[in-house]
Amino acid sequence: MAYRWGMAVDLDKCTGCEACVTACRAENNIPTVGDLQAARGRAMHWIRVERYYEGDFPDVRVKFRPVLCQHCDNAPCEAVCPTYAAHQNEDGLNAQVYNRCIGTRYCANACTYNVRFFNFFNQEWHKPLHLQLNPDVSIREVGVMEKCTFCIQRIKAAKTAARIENRAVIDGTLQPACAQSCPTTALVFGDLNDPNSRVARLSRSPRGTKLLEDLGAEPKVTYLQKQPWYEPDAQ
Amino acid sequence: MNRTHNKALADDLVRPLFHTSVWFYAIVLAAGTVVACGAAAWGYQLWYGIGVAGIRWPVFWGFYLVNFVFWIGISHAGTLISAILRLVDAGWRRPVTRCAEVITVFALMIGAMFPIIHLGRPWLAFWLFPYPSAREIWPNFRSPLAWDFFAINTYLTGSVLFLFLPMIPDFALVRDRSTGWRRRVYGALAFGWRGTTKQWNRLESAMQIMAIAILPVAVSVHTIVSFDFSMANVPMWHSTIFGPYFVAGAIFSGIAALIIAMAVLRKTLRLEGYLLPLHFENLGKLLLLMSILWGYFVFNERLTVWYGNEPHEMAVFWATQRGEFAPFYWTMVVCNFVIPLVLLSNVYTRTITGCVVASFGVLIGMWLERFLIIVPSLAHKQLPYSWGTYAPQPVEITIMAATFAAMVLLYALFSKFVPIISIWELKAGQLTAPQGHATPAHSGAKVAPEAGG
Repeated sequence: MAYRWGMAVDLDKCTGCEACVTACRAENNIPTVGDLQAARGRAMHWIRVERYYEGDFPDVRVKFRPVLCQHCDNAPCEAVCPTYAAHQNEDGLNAQVYNRCIGTRYCANACTYNVRFFNFFNQEWHKPLHLQLNPDVSIREVGVMEKCTFCIQRIKAAKTAARIENRAVIDGTLQPACAQSCPTTALVFGDLNDPNSRVARLSRSPRGTKLLEDLGAEPKVTYLQKQPWYEPDAQ
Repeated sequence: MNRTHNKALADDLVRPLFHTSVWFYAIVLAAGTVVACGAAAWGYQLWYGIGVAGIRWPVFWGFYLVNFVFWIGISHAGTLISAILRLVDAGWRRPVTRCAEVITVFALMIGAMFPIIHLGRPWLAFWLFPYPSAREIWPNFRSPLAWDFFAINTYLTGSVLFLFLPMIPDFALVRDRSTGWRRRVYGALAFGWRGTTKQWNRLESAMQIMAIAILPVAVSVHTIVSFDFSMANVPMWHSTIFGPYFVAGAIFSGIAALIIAMAVLRKTLRLEGYLLPLHFENLGKLLLLMSILWGYFVFNERLTVWYGNEPHEMAVFWATQRGEFAPFYWTMVVCNFVIPLVLLSNVYTRTITGCVVASFGVLIGMWLERFLIIVPSLAHKQLPYSWGTYAPQPVEITIMAATFAAMVLLYALFSKFVPIISIWELKAGQLTAPQGHATPAHSGAKVAPEAGG
């Protein structure tokens, strides 16, 4: 049976600690562009924690929203790529083939979530920082678009191990770096095709919404939060 | 009209080919220097990476794409003026057509450079060609960029043919007046033209076919350029009006470019006797018409967005209407609408100077229009957290300046090596003038022996 990887993000649990952001950088060899380039809008973070403020001082509430590639079923980035660098793979991931990318950056413009990042320069890891690179993940060269892969290298390894033992990937044993490092387990990853997986159950929750759902991209990431109409106090 | 008159006319119009003024060298040197600076800037960008340009997250398209749309727009001069006026057999078009067709070809060549310059990995641009490769993958035909590739190549091929066909008899004329290597070069370009009735008939049919074929191609090419934007679900891009809006804007800026080119040629090549105030008057009226049409499209686009009141789109709307982009927006409205409307709607200011002033306004306004379509939308996409801004960097400005210089350079070289006014068409026009309705094919046949010898 084919997998369909997805994620549930519990906003009521998220503390905004950004452990996911750090773990993602380490796992996926995401370059640190430096303060000058970051100020010029070239910082890369496949997952970011957006902060939204509600109310007036001093009665202010901060809301955190981790935003990563939503791996849309009907992805706007895929159709516009002239070289099939952005495409939907057999597991429903929005895969990005770096070697096919010629750098039109059309996918990043079409993406309504702005979760695609571009290599404006060739990146360097000065010694001894080169030792921190993950050997399972390729380094991207100048002019190439990159984005969250749901840690495809881990997915491949888990699928291979499962195939050797002639079984399906067991729910909960496979986690991308962000979900693995989340101290409050706000990020839950798994197979949406398995109706009993944790992520599938959470995605059906009445607390669940999709980001910019009305645009019709059909994201595979569900955001869970206490809904105003669901609050017992509100009634 | 008699033979002596025809001879004098031909003498006059081929004069720039055989006599070079010091101004020619000055212009070529100045424009060539700027083009060389642009080439160096591109080399710098290739060496260090596309990051030396000002594009950033989330405004991934900037000056390069603005200039791409601008130059493809300019290229619509030739098609409209030449093909439409040829098809309706408007007599006054004769001295104007070639100036216009040359703009088309050069503007397309310049415009088509930009999608390559803007690529992250321009050395792989050939992957847009559908060829059987070891990669075993075709271009993605769902992508508007792939459509662009085919549309622009079709248009470029078509407009080169459309430019070249009516040049053949003039090449023959130059061939017969020159000696040495020039005779051989122009002889090769003339394709053995001898001016027989059969040749004239074939030329006329070929031009008629090209004039009809190039029109839908021209309309489609700028519609497809507009699809680069309107196909994406980006606020104020995702609009059905973009196709006709872009085509109208393209023709608008094309006419403006043509008026400026004609005014410059008139002075530099002493063509006062051929490019008459009448031509500027007529083109000025066309420019006025397009200005009103452009205003109508902008009004449509803006009103529907404002009335629809969709929050994502309103963010872009207010950013352009009275936010950080408002100074550019209102400059655009003044340049594209107010100035042409005031200057061109009355006979007192619809002079050559008035037309040129209005045309400069239109070029500035239409450039700003493309900037205002691309940048504010990308800077204000759906998620407010990811809003951003954009400022061009020196490398982008240098390359942009180089493309304007490239146009001057190519135009100067072209008018040095090819008669910029179609000599045989002018003669044919003068010959048919008394009768009024004879076709150029017949009249051309009578003129031809003299033109060829």
